[in-house]
Amino acid sequence: MIARDPIRLWLNTHLGLVYIFLYVPILVLIALSFNKSGMPTAWTGFSTEWYGKLIANPKILSAAGNSLIVAVASTIISTIIGTLLAMGLEEGKPSPWLDALVAAPMIIPDIVLAIALLSFYTLLNMSLGLYSIVLSHAVFNIAFVAMVVRTRLKNFDKSIVEASIDLGASELTTFRRVTLPVIAPGVIAAALLAFTLSIDEFIIAYFTAGAGQGSTTFPMQIYAMIRFGVTPEINAIATIVVGFSFFLVLLSQRLNREAVA
Amino acid sequence: MIARRTILMAPGLGYLALLLVAPCLIIFAYSLFERGTYGGIEYNITLENYQRSISSLFARIFLDSVRIAGTATLVALPIGYPAAYAIAQQRRDRQMALLVLAMLPFWSNYLIRTYAWIVLLNNEGLINRTLEAAGMIDQPLPLLYNEFAIVLGLVYNYVPFVILALYSSISRLGPELREASFDLGGSAWSTFRRITLPLTVPGIAAGAVFVFVLSIGNFVTPDLLGGGQRPMLGNLIYSQYLSARDWPMGSALGFILVVIMLALLFAQAILSARASGETEGRIAPEPAGPLP
Repeated sequence: MIARDPIRLWLNTHLGLVYIFLYVPILVLIALSFNKSGMPTAWTGFSTEWYGKLIANPKILSAAGNSLIVAVASTIISTIIGTLLAMGLEEGKPSPWLDALVAAPMIIPDIVLAIALLSFYTLLNMSLGLYSIVLSHAVFNIAFVAMVVRTRLKNFDKSIVEASIDLGASELTTFRRVTLPVIAPGVIAAALLAFTLSIDEFIIAYFTAGAGQGSTTFPMQIYAMIRFGVTPEINAIATIVVGFSFFLVLLSQRLNREAVA
Repeated sequence: MIARRTILMAPGLGYLALLLVAPCLIIFAYSLFERGTYGGIEYNITLENYQRSISSLFARIFLDSVRIAGTATLVALPIGYPAAYAIAQQRRDRQMALLVLAMLPFWSNYLIRTYAWIVLLNNEGLINRTLEAAGMIDQPLPLLYNEFAIVLGLVYNYVPFVILALYSSISRLGPELREASFDLGGSAWSTFRRITLPLTVPGIAAGAVFVFVLSIGNFVTPDLLGGGQRPMLGNLIYSQYLSARDWPMGSALGFILVVIMLALLFAQAILSARASGETEGRIAPEPAGPLP
């Protein structure tokens, strides 16, 4: 037992260093976003000036607006379709082929999905814009929603559905009054996940946005700014994005934990 | 009941058939055609794109990609394994919080996380300036826009997955086998090498495949941290599509990427199926509690 204690100390030290490795880059950006000079070279005093610059930048605001539209639209589509898909998959015999098809969008490399969708839209002579990004994001979001909702359905006591039907409730009433309230935390967690994935997605949006400036999303704007060079404005963007994502993930975790409990 | 199931699944399966399966079939078809003079598709069937993909220039990028993705995998595993092990040794109520903490950075924007390393690594960046101020270096170290930066960026982004994959593998091991080994006089090292490590091979394989697959098709990290000095498969597909406008070639490379990915996932599935067959009954059904 004593021999294992140094190992334990080493393991915990290692774990601590891994967390430092994971969080220091993010914390540095957050700290710099409040640095007056905006540069990592010297701390010249606390300032929120970079946040002011952000709010005054119409390109960033329109990109953020576009991302919000894309994320909300693709989340609505994928939450409805993905939840129905999960319910269908959980009924009847499990099929490895269906499972593989539904898992495919989660594991296919982004760049491949990006060129495949661009080729498809071009072949159909579709004009590209925000709506083609929405359609593209729904592809992987349906898969993620179906996965999250299925986990919830697995722990779901099906006898209450049968009881509802036996007591004369219609299928629709049963879904609305019995199934949906039970799986709701899972569905909301899935929707939050879909929203987070969509609002952060870059490469597929980049390929399927078309040439117009009007369909630049937030990540596309960030990419353009990073390519341009290190600018302090990105630190302020980073702080907002990180804070927002962390909030969404923790919320979704909370809902999921309640769902499992 | 069959009809009901069909109705439930029809929108989802229809959506995936139309916007996943059909587009993938289209790029597979494109990969077998010729490029038109002005960037379009000439519908003459050819294997030329696949032959060109093993020609010198593309083969070099391909080998670079395999080496970089392989290095990232080999670096991420020894960082992630002990971290996952350490989490699995904590009290049960703490394990979940520690896992969320490990996964949390992953959920913030990938571009932002990559940008953070530009801030840290560039010539006027935090690391070089700190070292200069401390008098340890005269010239800034070349930390950015090279292979080192790419590997670092990939490891940083994908270590959380290694931790997750290995945690689920390690936490399924009961303490009994390890205790038996200790009781029989096995040292900590031999217990790890002969008991824990072999039983967690499926977790190692899952984590390794994850890092490798995500790395080899990566576009953003080689682009931003490599500065285009070491283009990888993802950058090559990107440039074939958007710069060279050679869609058949880009499609062939995309198809090769998918084949590599499927081969690795298949190998991993076989490995974990075999491992779970071999250790049937030797793994405790409940996740392990903290060590006594």
